[in-house]
This record gives sequence, structure tokens and C-alpha cells, in this order.
Amino acid sequence: MTFTQVLIRPLVLRLVCFTVFSAASCVYALTPAEVKGIASGEGDARIEALNKALINADDKTAAFLQALSEDAVKVAGEQVIVVKDDKGFDPITGAEIAIPDTAEDVMNNNRMRGELDTALATLKLFSKDEKVRGGSIKTLLSETDEAKLPLIEKAFEAETNPEFKDQLQLVRAAILLNSEDKTKRLEAAKLLSQSNNRNTKTVLLERLKTETEPDVKSALEATLRSVEASLAWGDKIGALFSGISLGSILLLVALGLAITYGLMGVINMAHGELMMIGAYATYVVQGIFQKYMPGAFDWYLVAAVPVAFFASALMGAALERGVIRYLYGRPLETLLATWGISLMLMQLARSVFGAQNVAVENPSWMSGGVQVLGNLSLPFNRLVIIGFACAVLLGVAWLISRTRLGLFVRGVTQNRPIAACMGVNTARVDTYAFALGSGIAGLAGCALSQIGNVGPDLGQSYIVDSFLVVVLGGVGQLAGTVYAALGLGILNKLLEGWTGAVLAKIAVLVLIIIFIQKRPQGIFAMKGRSAEA
Amino acid sequence: MQRRFTLKALTAAVALAGISALPAHAQSGGTIKVGILHSLSGTMAISETVLKDTVLMAIDEINAKGGVMGKKLEPVIVDPASNWPLFAEKTKQLLGQDKVSVIFGCWTSVSRKSVLPVVEEMNGLLFYPVQYEGEELSKNVFYTGAAPNQQAIPAVDYLMSKEGGGAKRWVLLGTDYVYPRTTNKILRAYLIKKGVKESDIDEKYTPFGHSDYQTIVADVKKFSAGGKTAVVSTINGDSNVPFYKELGNAGLKAKDVPVVAFSVGEEELRGVDTKPLVGHLAAWNYFQSIKNPTNTEFIKKWSAYAKDKKIAGHMDKPLTNDPMEATYIGINMWKQAVEKAKSTDTDKVIAAMAGQTFKAPSGIVSKMDEKNHHLHKSVFIGEIKADGQFNVVWKTPGPVKAKPWSPYIEGNASKPDEPVKK
Repeated sequence: MTFTQVLIRPLVLRLVCFTVFSAASCVYALTPAEVKGIASGEGDARIEALNKALINADDKTAAFLQALSEDAVKVAGEQVIVVKDDKGFDPITGAEIAIPDTAEDVMNNNRMRGELDTALATLKLFSKDEKVRGGSIKTLLSETDEAKLPLIEKAFEAETNPEFKDQLQLVRAAILLNSEDKTKRLEAAKLLSQSNNRNTKTVLLERLKTETEPDVKSALEATLRSVEASLAWGDKIGALFSGISLGSILLLVALGLAITYGLMGVINMAHGELMMIGAYATYVVQGIFQKYMPGAFDWYLVAAVPVAFFASALMGAALERGVIRYLYGRPLETLLATWGISLMLMQLARSVFGAQNVAVENPSWMSGGVQVLGNLSLPFNRLVIIGFACAVLLGVAWLISRTRLGLFVRGVTQNRPIAACMGVNTARVDTYAFALGSGIAGLAGCALSQIGNVGPDLGQSYIVDSFLVVVLGGVGQLAGTVYAALGLGILNKLLEGWTGAVLAKIAVLVLIIIFIQKRPQGIFAMKGRSAEA
Repeated sequence: MQRRFTLKALTAAVALAGISALPAHAQSGGTIKVGILHSLSGTMAISETVLKDTVLMAIDEINAKGGVMGKKLEPVIVDPASNWPLFAEKTKQLLGQDKVSVIFGCWTSVSRKSVLPVVEEMNGLLFYPVQYEGEELSKNVFYTGAAPNQQAIPAVDYLMSKEGGGAKRWVLLGTDYVYPRTTNKILRAYLIKKGVKESDIDEKYTPFGHSDYQTIVADVKKFSAGGKTAVVSTINGDSNVPFYKELGNAGLKAKDVPVVAFSVGEEELRGVDTKPLVGHLAAWNYFQSIKNPTNTEFIKKWSAYAKDKKIAGHMDKPLTNDPMEATYIGINMWKQAVEKAKSTDTDKVIAAMAGQTFKAPSGIVSKMDEKNHHLHKSVFIGEIKADGQFNVVWKTPGPVKAKPWSPYIEGNASKPDEPVKK
């Protein structure tokens, strides 16, 4: 950031003139030449123009840079146009102007975008809005240019929010780390030990490479150790979280199977395709919202959940009525028949929606993440899916253990003839139970659409995992499924961090084989007479 | 004219008389048979189906202009169903039974490796249109996709440059199979030659169909604390979406850690919510967004053809991509070579292919190298835009000659830059 050397003094001057005198005494403004220079030309020239414009920056400059960083600027010949809601505006006068057909979008590459962000952050450091200030401090955390120091110190003194004051202190320290003055470097190194930000580590490492004074060097090393220690915590929690998140996904995909295979004993190879139906149902609902209710688009997922459930449940019921009920007690035939059905369902999806994957967007409240520690941010979509998995699990547990339908299902699976003797319509219970399992697969599909691809092959990548979870947990046990899903998720993630994704997958499979050899009945075995049935 | 008519009439008469019950051979019916060997079902159908349509479009176009040497082209389509051994079987069928003069086909390297011995043994002719890892040079194959030095190495050069962000540390991330492994081997050697330390390179692989990128993204984030980092991604197919989504959610933006991908093009972005991808890069030899008259015409032709034939997806939103362009160049060059050789005989066509030129949609005059069976290609770096298209931010000054035997792999220095006669 060499431009800051040129820019700082006038900026500070201007700030002084803003605070001490009235704003009217400042005569700086955005000029057409500056606008043109920033918006078009080669990278180096544009950045130079940007830096020059920053010296005389005013609100219009900030607004223009904001529009640029949002890719909402077009150029037509000599005219630069800011586009807002499909209407063109002049960046200097603010007057509305027509957008000619020849207008071309202004393209920013990553380097330009970085420069724009830093420029905007510098301008926003004195904003009245706390949120804006907080954001700009975060952007500046990796800044190390000493020329920025007066500005940061100015902002530090003006800052009233103690949290921001601390952060600005860290920004200041990071810059002072490269100071000529040895005592300042020492002071900075000590200050930085409170940081739990990854950028601090980058800064420290850079400095360590060039530092020659032994006592500063040892202070730097001590600080680096303490920063790394606090970062390590974030990493550990992050690994655990990703394990739980994977576990929650495994749980969702396996829960439906825990009913159809676990309780009913149907080896359902089409389970993955029932998930696919749920995912496509989500896609269809998204399309309807996009077309008819664009205002409520963010909430399409709420409507998609029941639709996905019922779409898959209906398909499941049709399968059970049409095919599977003729095959009870014949596992091999069931396996083949459901595998055939899975191929047919995939081809059906291909014919209806095309072989290509379809795009399912995250609603805005599921994009991004929440910053927990300096280096740990938990993505919203995974948090939502963990919550969703818990809700589905509780729902299923309640349904199986507390309702009449659940009682019938348990009764029929434990002893079919006796249940029939008691007057239970076993055929209907079978249909309901299978539809329930399929519906849960649909819910899983709805959740999967938020983290991965939606395509005809969606189910194929999860079918093996879901069988693994159910078998490992112990067939016929919901609780076992939960433990197996979470266990596999966390184990997988721990191994992956240690050996890499390919070996981790192999290692997990080997461990499962060994486990099943030693304990064929799974983690939880059915006890009592029903176990032999 | 007169004589050909008599010949035709004679053949017809012979056929009618029932003396010959043999199936029509390559040239006997007045047509030249062209084999199309692309998966129309299975996992690769997503990418390969459209190449079959590209060949058909080019055949229609050539036939409309009078065919090749006055004979119409007749497509023979087979479906190897993303099944690698089946690729070899279908090739045997195309060459042995259907007696096609040329085959356009394959996408994955493993399918090409499966076809290779058959084509060589039966002296067939294969045009392979996809970027690949090099390390191969067969007399019977023409490679119209990029070799590593026409895609991977320029991309790394760009990321190292000031304009590309000046990356110092590198994550080489790929799916675990031959193309990423070989490409990364070449890149590692290249980076080390450029002065990058071993500790600044992190090589990672994931299984096919991997969908949980949390750990990998966390590792990339950790790694990037040590200095400006760029990710070179050879992640294949479907896994790209979860990877980019995770990257976006973890707050790693393209301006902090840019990702350059070698397998993500317009077609792959079709089914993707592109918001988290904006600003990330791809390196190809063609982008749909390239502006020149040849490309405009190519896109227009494809849009009309897709609409006419009701090709799923493309009839509403026609897209073109790099392998489609490579296929299109391939079939047109083959046509020129046949006309030059005045024969469809494999050896004569191979000889005539050397030095053929064709005005490519990418805006250059594409040339088949005189010796090494690869095209000379320009390299473009594009940034992903929100609409799924690419904004070209950098390109090579001119076409680059392919080096199928990368000098960055040991033992390649002594290998000749042309097919070895067996």
C-alpha cells in the first residue's frame, strides 16, 4: 500500500478540517477525470487514479467506490454510469441518465477488488455507524503499512466503543511491528499476544524473517506461541464442529433407512433416490417462489420442507403398494427390485429435469457464518442442518415411541402374526411405516440441497453411507443410528485432519469392517426373544 | 458426375439384386462413416452428451456444404455409458464392424487409456477434445485439448504476477486420479524451479464424489495465515459445488485466497448457485464470453442447432465451452485433412493433418503441430461472473505450442516430440 504515504496527510488534514471547521470550507470533490480514471484503463493506472482520488475523497467518492466494488458501474465512451435498480445515474451530479446499449460493465479483478476494499475501509473508519466501523477495522487487520499509522491513531482516539478500541490497538500494534524504533517494536510484540486473529500470525511470521534484534526476536517468538495457542483452540473446536456437522448429515440420510431397513427389514436400494426426489421437490418449490413470490424468496425453504416430505412419502407409499409388499421376507429379490427402481427413478429425473445438475440457492439467512473465535466461524447452513437433524430425530422418536402408529409399527415389526391377531391391519401399517421412512429421506434430500449438488445421481453418493450407519448402529435401533452417525462423522473428520481425505475414507471403512467382524449385531443389539424373529 | 452416378446405380443394382447382403462399408454407400464415442449415460453424461451434439452439428454443417470429397458424412453413435472397459469394446465395434474412418470421443483420461490399445492395434483414428495431463503421444490420436503447459503452467504464472495477486504459497488440491496427480507433479516441479519452498506447497487429494470440504477449507485457511496463498484446483465434476460453497461460508473470498480451476467451465457452472464463486478463476483455451466474429457465429450456430434439435438445457440457455470448441476444431481439421489426402485412409490422413490450420472460435488461427499431434492454443484466464460466464482477465500473447512430455517430469527430456514408430 504505497499510496497511503501520499494519501495520509491530506486525509488527516481533511478530517481536521471536518471536525474543527465547518464542512463547507473543504473544497475537494470527485472530478469526472478521476471517475474515468478509476473506472477504465489498465490495472496499474486505475489503482493510481484510485489513490489520487482518495486524497480528495468525499461522500460521493465513497458512494462511487461502493458501487464499483458491487460491480454496479458501466462505461459508455466518456460517460461513467452508476447503475441502481436498472436506472443509470451520473456518479458526480447524481442526476439520472439513460444507459446506452453500448455501455460495458466495468470489470474488477481480484487485485482491484482488494484495493477498493482497503480504500473503502479507510474512508469508513470515521463513520458514525458502529457496524460500518467494525467492518472496516476487520478489513484493516492485515494492514502493515506504517504510513497508515497516524490515521489509525486518530481513529483510535476518536473511537468510543471499547471493543473497537482494543481492535484498533491491535491494528496499530501490527503496524508498529515494522517500526524503526526498537522499543516500539517490543511494545507492539507484547500487545499482539492478546490477538486471536489469523492475520496476526501472518504479520508476526513476516516480521520474524527480517528481525535482527535478539530481544525483540524472543518477544516475537513468545507472542507467536501465545497467538498460535489461542488459534489452536479455534482449530480444535472447528474440527469437532465439522465432525458434528458431518454426523448430522449422516443421521439425516440414515434415519429414514433406520425405519425402512432397520425396523421393517426392507433392503431399500432406492433410499438414495427418495432423497433425490426430496431435493428436486425443493428445487421445484424454489422455482415457484422465484416466479410467483420473489418477495418471500428467502422463506422458500420453509415451504419446501413439507413438500419434500410428502413428495417422497407418496412415492414411498406407491413403491410399497406396487412392489415391495409382494416381496416381504425375500431380501434378495427386494434388493434387486429396489435397485431396479432406483435406476428407473434416476432416469425419470433425467428425463424430466435433464442430466445436468440444477441450481438450488441458499436463502440469504443460510449464507455466510457466525464468527465465534478469531479464527473460527461456523457456517449458518451447517448450523441450520444440525438443528434440523435434531428436530427430525425428536419427531421420529416421538412418533415411534408415543403415538398409536408408532405402537403399531413396533408391534408389527416385533411379531407380525400376533399383531394381526390383535386386529392390527398389518398391511396398512407397513405402508404407513414405509411412507414415513421415505418421507424422512425426502427431508434429508431437502437438507442436502443446501450443501451440495442436486442432480439425478444425488442419492448414489449417500446410499452406502446410510447403510453403513444403520448397520453399525445396530439394525432395529434408532438410538444406535444416532450414535453411529455422530461417531462416524467425528471419527471421519479427525482422521481426515490427520491423514487426508482419501486415507481417512479407507481407514474408516477398515475400522467398520473390523468392528462388524467383532460385533456383527452393531453397537446396540436387540435383546430378548424378538431378536431372533 | 456421370461416372459417379453410374457407379452409384451399379452399387444399387447390385444391392437390389441381393447378390451382396453385406452391410454397407465405409465408402460403398457414398458416405463416410464417423464414429462418436461419448458417454450418453452414467456420471460423465453431464459433460459428454453435449460433445456428441457438437459433432452432429458439425456433420450437419459439413453435409449442407456438400460433404467431404462429395460424400456425405454419416454419424455412428455409440454409448460407452461412463464405463471404461466398455469404451474399448465400443471402439472395437466402431472400427471392426461399422468400419468408421474416424472416431471423435472420450473425456476422462482413463477412458482414453482404455481406447488407446484398440485404436493403435486396429490402426484407427481418434480425436480427443479435452484438456489432459500429457505423458502420451500416439500416432493414432490427435489431441485437440490442452496439454499441461497450455493450461496449468500459464495459470500459475498469472497467480504469481502482480496483477494476479502475487501468490507465495500454494495449495494443490485435486480429485485422486491420474490427471490431478500428474498435473500437480508438474506444477510442484515448476514452482520449485521458480523458487517456491517445499514447505510453501501443500498437496491434497479427495476421493471421487467427495462432498464434505470442511476440513480441507479449514486447512486452506490455516495455511493461508503463512502468506499470500492461491489454490490450484483439479477437483473434478460434482465435488466443485460443495467445495466452493464451503469456501464462501468460511469467509475466504477470491481476493484473499483465489482458486484457479482447470475443470470448471460454462457447462459445469450451469447447475450452480454462482454467488459464492464470483472472482474465482478458471484457465481454458476458450470461453463463451470471448468476443470475435468467429465465436459469435459459432455461438449462433450452436443456439440455432440446440433449439432445432430441442437439446435439453441448451434450447433455453445455449452454452458453449472449451471441449466443444476443441471438438469443433477437430472435426473441421479432419475434413480438411481428408480433402488434402484425397482419401480416408488412416495413414494418409495422419500425414495430411500435420500443419493444418483452422480459424478457431477462440479468436486465433489454430494450427495442428507438424509433428506432435497437438494443437497450438492461446491460454485465457477468466474470472467467474455472477451469471455463470467468465470475464477474461489475462491471456497469452499468442498461441502456445503443446509439450505433451512435460520437461518438469524426470526422464522426459530425452523423449522425442513426435509419435514413436513401433
